[in-house]
This record gives sequence, structure tokens and C-alpha cells, in this order.
Amino acid sequence: MLDQLSWKVGGQQGEGVESTGETFAVALNRQGYYVYSFRHFSSRIKGGHSNDKVRVSLKRFRASNDYTDVLLAFDQESIDLNVGEVRQGGIVIADEKFKPTAPDHVRLFVVPLTKIAEESGSAIMKNMVSLGASACALGLPVDIFTEVIEERFRRKGQKVVDQNMEAIQRGYDYMKDLGGADPELALKPADGTRRYFMMGNDALGLGALAAGVRVMPAYPITPASDVMEYLIKKLPKVGGVVVQTEDEIAAMTMTIGANYGGARALTCTSGPGLSLMMEAIGLSGMTETPTVIIDTQRGGPSTGLPTKQEQSDYLAALFGTHGEIPKIVLTPATPEECFYVVGDAFNLAEQYQCPVIIMTDLQLSLSKQSTDALDNKAVKIDRGLIATSEEAAANQASGEFKRYAFTESGVSPRIFPGTPGGIHKVTGNEHFENGRPAEPAGNRQKMMDKRLGKLAHVELEGSVVRTGDENPDVVIVGIGANVGAITEASEMLRADGYKVAHAQLHAILPFPVQMLQDAIHDGKKVVVVENNATGQIKHLMNFFGVSHPDVQSLLKYDGQPFLPSEIHAKIKGMF
Amino acid sequence: MATVKDFRNDIRPNWCPGCGDFSVQASIQRALASLGKEPHEVALISGIGCSGRISGYVNTYGFHGVHGRALPTAQGVKLANRDLTVLASGGDGDGFGIGLNHFMHAVRRNMDITYIVMDNRIYGLTKGQTSPTSAHGFTAKTTPSGNIEEGLVPTQVALSAGIGFLAQGFSSDVNQLVGLIEQAIQYKGFSLVNVYSPCVTYNKINTYDYFRDNIFNLDKVEGYDPTDFLAAQRAITEHDGLVTGLIYRNDNKVAYEDQIPGYQETPISQADLQVSDDIFTAALREYA
Ligand SMILES: Cc1ncc(C[n+]2csc(CCOP(=O)(O)OP(=O)(O)O)c2C)c(N)n1
Ligand code: SF4
Ligand SMILES: [Mg+2]
Repeated sequence: MLDQLSWKVGGQQGEGVESTGETFAVALNRQGYYVYSFRHFSSRIKGGHSNDKVRVSLKRFRASNDYTDVLLAFDQESIDLNVGEVRQGGIVIADEKFKPTAPDHVRLFVVPLTKIAEESGSAIMKNMVSLGASACALGLPVDIFTEVIEERFRRKGQKVVDQNMEAIQRGYDYMKDLGGADPELALKPADGTRRYFMMGNDALGLGALAAGVRVMPAYPITPASDVMEYLIKKLPKVGGVVVQTEDEIAAMTMTIGANYGGARALTCTSGPGLSLMMEAIGLSGMTETPTVIIDTQRGGPSTGLPTKQEQSDYLAALFGTHGEIPKIVLTPATPEECFYVVGDAFNLAEQYQCPVIIMTDLQLSLSKQSTDALDNKAVKIDRGLIATSEEAAANQASGEFKRYAFTESGVSPRIFPGTPGGIHKVTGNEHFENGRPAEPAGNRQKMMDKRLGKLAHVELEGSVVRTGDENPDVVIVGIGANVGAITEASEMLRADGYKVAHAQLHAILPFPVQMLQDAIHDGKKVVVVENNATGQIKHLMNFFGVSHPDVQSLLKYDGQPFLPSEIHAKIKGMF
Repeated sequence: MATVKDFRNDIRPNWCPGCGDFSVQASIQRALASLGKEPHEVALISGIGCSGRISGYVNTYGFHGVHGRALPTAQGVKLANRDLTVLASGGDGDGFGIGLNHFMHAVRRNMDITYIVMDNRIYGLTKGQTSPTSAHGFTAKTTPSGNIEEGLVPTQVALSAGIGFLAQGFSSDVNQLVGLIEQAIQYKGFSLVNVYSPCVTYNKINTYDYFRDNIFNLDKVEGYDPTDFLAAQRAITEHDGLVTGLIYRNDNKVAYEDQIPGYQETPISQADLQVSDDIFTAALREYA
């Protein structure tokens, strides 16, 4: 019996690959298994190969792996492209319709998926037939699907539910008659723990809801659009609004306007949009208007690989804006962190009155995975310093509120337009304490120091999380979705006899110089794992003065996520 | 109740003596006072240019942002606090050059905002380059042998985009301009007041005299019906855009804020941001 298993479904984009994968994954997640799914898709709507790989296990994994036990193929292309990773003796289930062929190292089960589906009511149910056949192969009962099917089709009536369940049953039976039930492939039973199943983008959307976001101006882009589409459904329930703007410049400036106006407003984009937002991000920093921007990284530059994994916007996020402003850049790694990071980002944005960029990557944004319960009550809303009417009236220059009063912390209380007694000016030009444009050299220097001073000596709590062994042979530095592959690779290296520590970056601005230094200092070797070609995080370590005699890069920039085995092999090769 | 004086502050505008923008400033101040607004109830969001400085010169909440983006910024402010009177303002380059995209979409979106453009047909702040509203043949630093592009007619563009309130004024006729701004602010939806506001320093062609000689005042036309779309289009076309007065208004349009599903009467800026456990739990359950 297995304690983990990899299942993959492949076909033409638009023929139900995603929903098949989703149904399978949700059903297993509900049994208490940990599930991690990764979708391979292209930048087109119909046609083109796509697949959905689902890793099921008794232990939590946050990465895909390098082999497949069961491949479900809706066309020959899916076999040709994926059979290489099906392990020796693994199973391929394919539709009789396309007269499938497969190499000898796998066991091919030809099931008349379409024909059975048609007999059950409609050809589109071939997905269901295939799920039934999969269940049989893995020794799972068909009733694990009952709940999911009922929820999905209830609206269409009991007849449709019954037809779908029947299709699953017939797929199961057909597979059984073929001798396709394989005791070796049977999964050990799970403990039934209930978890949620979501992707990073889902968690970001929920996090925005909990953080009090009420305005979201955004422009669609893969892989960010889900967050916007989610909030379009949810914000009306709390009196909020999503505006699909004409471009990302409008999205960013509207976000600034709404935050200045007193809302918690958020925008969400990917690399190309982040580039367009740069001037306005500078405006947010210069005017000390809190803003939160989510950047779901994808393959760049330009349109690059819009549906593929990459982590190459870090330097742009840190240095893309002209001039010099205070800014915070947060880098969650899991859906749970995506959820809580939104509230944190707003609290920080409003506490320090500056832009905060939350950076995910395509793998984290789009990979659905088992997720622990998320706690609305744990999301605290702290809006930072806000002056009352009376306080504003008492703190004036030339009849205007000193919105940019010099203070010890550099943070000056805000006030929302509409408040009596609080009139002041805001400008992207250099300004005096009341916000009026100002060119005097002395004031300029003081204002620059005030703004930049807010974050000058700050290292945000939890910027680096170090786990693993003391005095390790290697400290692996990771960021974003790589957390999963690194965790697993560390285990593999330990099995080889190495001592391994893992330092995961949760914030890269303010760059946690001391925390990272502490996290790597006892390692014999440091390896920085990142999905880009130039080693941006390693450059940042150098730039900010984190030092170690032996730092190496482990880079990947072919559009694919890191696999645990590959990190394992590469690091092993460094010794 | 606030008077015109309450909308003034102690800053001396850095505009050149004789610049048309002074009249626009004065007209905004007079209109706000005569509408009975209090200074703190108004937010004036401006772009970058000589004209963009206006948000500093009127005693209201003021936000001077980046070049060309006054409109999206202003829309954000309005969404956060629908009770505010939100004005956006800037130059012809700001609004119809770098910001034209936002203008077209602000018109389509139709939030209750008034946009006042100081159209001098030149880039003033950057010292005299040709603007998108400069006519064909116009000579300036960037078109020394005459502009080979056609001048954009803001009123025509606004009308084509489906605007609900369209007026045009001239800095020399403050009384008319005050009235137009008042009506624009009162209009529930997006309104444009494009103002011919001469740049005395860099535009030697479109001078006060030029506008005085060429402008056709629709307010003086007996029987002109500003609710007649085709009449508005004809007037603009016949006079090459050089008309003043209330050109068009459509009172059948519904403002964006009044169409947002679930949007509350209470401004978002005053709302309780904590989401209820009921709503949250239901949302989370979708991922079970
Ligand atoms: C992104 C950007 N590009 C260019 C500029 C330089 N710039 C400032 S104002 C301006 C044009 C101003 O013309 P207009 O909007 O007509 O205003 P006016 O000065 O005539 O009132 C330009 C090009 C800028 N500030 N920002
Ligand atoms: S340069 Fe022209 S637009 Fe600018 S202030 Fe002087 S006259 Fe006015
Ligand atoms: Mg101009």
C-alpha cells in the first residue's frame, strides 16, 4: 500500500481536463489526504495540450514530483507527452476512441470512455467514466465522489446527478473487468481530517475580504485575474466594489485615490502590469499614501511565458520606481500565508504609510493544495495613525493641517478628505509639512529623511524563517512556492547523510540583513534557490551585505517549477 | 455657510500674469460657494502641468498626482467616499494627451465627478510644445514647420464617448464659466467643462483675441436645446469645436455609484471594515 501517489489527467485544453482533476482532488482532500495539484496549460482557450497533476499523500507536500503512477489520457498526445514520467509498471487509462498506444514500461488500459458516457446520457461525461476507472485502479470506492458530484450538479437536477454517478460506476466496473484494480497502487487510508482545498489566489481573495478591502481597481492578467474575479463575487456582500480599469496605470492611481479617500484599496497584477504601475507606486511613496499591490509573477520579460512559473520580478519590485521611496515587499509561500499576508500588508501600509507589494509566483497563485483552516478573527485591522478633526485643527500651518508633520518616527497622522478641520494638500512634488509644493534644499533633505527614515532600521518580524538542522552542511535559501520542493529536497539530502537547514524569505524589503545573516551563518555552504536566470535574490544578498564565504545559486528559468528531486540532485552535486 | 473667501488660501499661484488659469481658479471658487459647499466636503484632484497646480490654490482637500492620471485618482477618491464633491482638473496635454485613455473610460464609467480642463492648446509647464489640441499647421517648439497632425476636438471626443454633461467655457467669460461649473457639479454623473484658457507665454496663436474672435456662444442661441444630441454634434462640427455654453446634457443616465451591486449609502471610508464571521465562514466553506 502506498502512502503517496501521483495521478495525472491530460487532454486538449477546454475538454474538461481541469474539472476532472478538480473533482478527483477535492474528493481525495475530503478523505483527509493531503493533495497538491499543478496545472500545465497554455495561453489559449481551446485546444493545445493541458494537464492537471494531482499528488495525494498522507504527509503534507507542497510541490509536484517527477513521476506519475496513473495517467488518464483523453488523446494520444497526452500519452506521448507524459508517458515518459509514468513509472515502470504504472498505469495509463485511455479512451478507446483514439486507439491509444503506449510504450512497454507501462500498463495500458483501454476503456471506451466516450462510448460509456454516451450510454449513460452524454459524451461529456467521459470525464466521470475516467474518474470511475481511476478509482478502481487505486482501490478507492466510487462513493468518495458522491458528495462532490451532488454539489456540482444539484442545480441541474437529481437526474443529472444520478447519470454522473452512474457514469463513474460504469467506468469503475469496466476497469475492474479489465483487471485494472491494482492492490499495489492502493493508497493507505487517510484519517479523515477536514482541510480546505485552494490555490494561493483563492487565499489572497479571502485574505482581502478579511483585511477589510472594499475597493479593488484592477486590469485582467494571468495569473492574477482570479483574485479580481473572486472579489467581484464577494465585495458586493460587504458594500465594496471592483472596478475593471482601462489599464494598470489607472488601476494603480485609482487604488491610490481610494486609499487616500479612506478605503482599504488593493490592486493585483503580474509583471507587465507591475511595470506600468511604477510611476504611480512612486506617487504612493512620495505622498505617503498607503497602498497594497499584489504581483503574481509569471514568465517574463515582456509577454514572456504568461502561463508559466517564474520568479523574476524581485528586482523590479525593489528598484523599478524612479527616485527613492520607502516600500515594503512581502513574499508568502503557501495559501495559508497568502491569506494572512493581505491583512499584514494593509496594517504595514497604513502603519508606515507607504506602498506594500505582495509577491507570489504562478505556482503559488495557481496550484490548488490542501490548506488548513483560516481564521477571520486572527486578522486584525490596524489603520495606523489617523488624526481627529480636533487634532488636525490644533496642528496647522498657514491654515492647513500638517499632514506631513515632522515626527520622531517619521510617520505623521493621516486624515481622510471630508473631515472638518483637516484640509491639507497632497502632491507628488516635494512638499512642506502641510503638503504644499516646496523646493528649499533644507526642507527637501528633511522630508527625504523623514520618508526613508520610516523603514530605515526596520526588519519586519518573521522576514526569515529558518528550519532544519544546526550547523548544517548546507543552508538552502528559498522564496515563494519553492518552499515545498526545498522542504522535500532537504529530507532527501538528510537521507543521504547531510545536515540541512532551510531559510525561507517572507519579506525582501526592508531586506532582512541581520535575520538572514543569522540564518545562514552556521552553514558550511549556502544555496539560493530561485526561478530566474540571474539569481536576483542572491544579488540582493550581496547588495545588502549578507555575507558568507560559499554562496551558490540554483536557478531554473525554463517555465517549470522546481521539483524536489532536482534540487536534491543539484545540491548533492555541489559537495 | 462658506463664502468665496473660504475657498481661497494664502498661496500666490505661480502662473504667469495674464494666464487664463486664474479665471478658472476663481470660477471654481465662486461655483463652490454659490452651491453652498463647505471646503472640507470637496476634493480637487489635479494632474501635472501649469494647470495642475490648481489643486494647491483652492482651499479644499487637494491631491496633485502624476501627469495624466487625475481622472483615475479622482474616481478612486469618489469610490472611497461617495459623499465628497470630487473635482478633477488639469491641462489639455494632461487630459487629452497622456491621459486620453482615462478620459474616454471615465466618460463611459460615469461616476459623479466634474472634470475641468484648462485647454490652452499647448504644453505650458514644459515650456511650449505642441499639444494634442493644437491645430494642424500650429507652430511651436516641437512643430517648427507646422503641426502635421490634426488637432483633437475635446467636445467631439466627449460626445462620441457618450458623455452625459458637456460644457465649454472661456477664461474671459467668468460669469458664464461659473454657471457652467455649478451645473456640472450638480449634474449626477460625469461632467466635462473644457475651458479655453490661454497661455500668454507660449501660445502666440490661440490668444485671448483668437478665442474671442472665433468662439460661438451657444447660450445666446435662441432655441438651442442642449438635450438634443444631434444638435450638439452639429454645433460642435459647424464651429470646429469653438463653441461655449452648455453643449449637451442627458438626464437619463444613471451614475456609476448608483449601479454598483451592494454599494452602500454610507461611504466606504466610514464603514466598519471587519467582515462578519457569517460571511467569512460561508466564503471559506466554498473551498471545503
Ligand atoms: C510621465 C510624465 N511625462 C512627462 C512629464 C512632463 N510634463 C509635465 S507637464 C507636461 C505637459 C503639460 O501640458 P498640459 O497638460 O497641457 O498643461 P499646461 O502646462 O499647459 O497647463 C509634461 C509633458 C511628466 N511630468 N510626467
Ligand atoms: S506658461 Fe502659459 S499656461 Fe503656464 S502659467 Fe504661464 S501662461 Fe499659464
Ligand atoms: Mg496645456
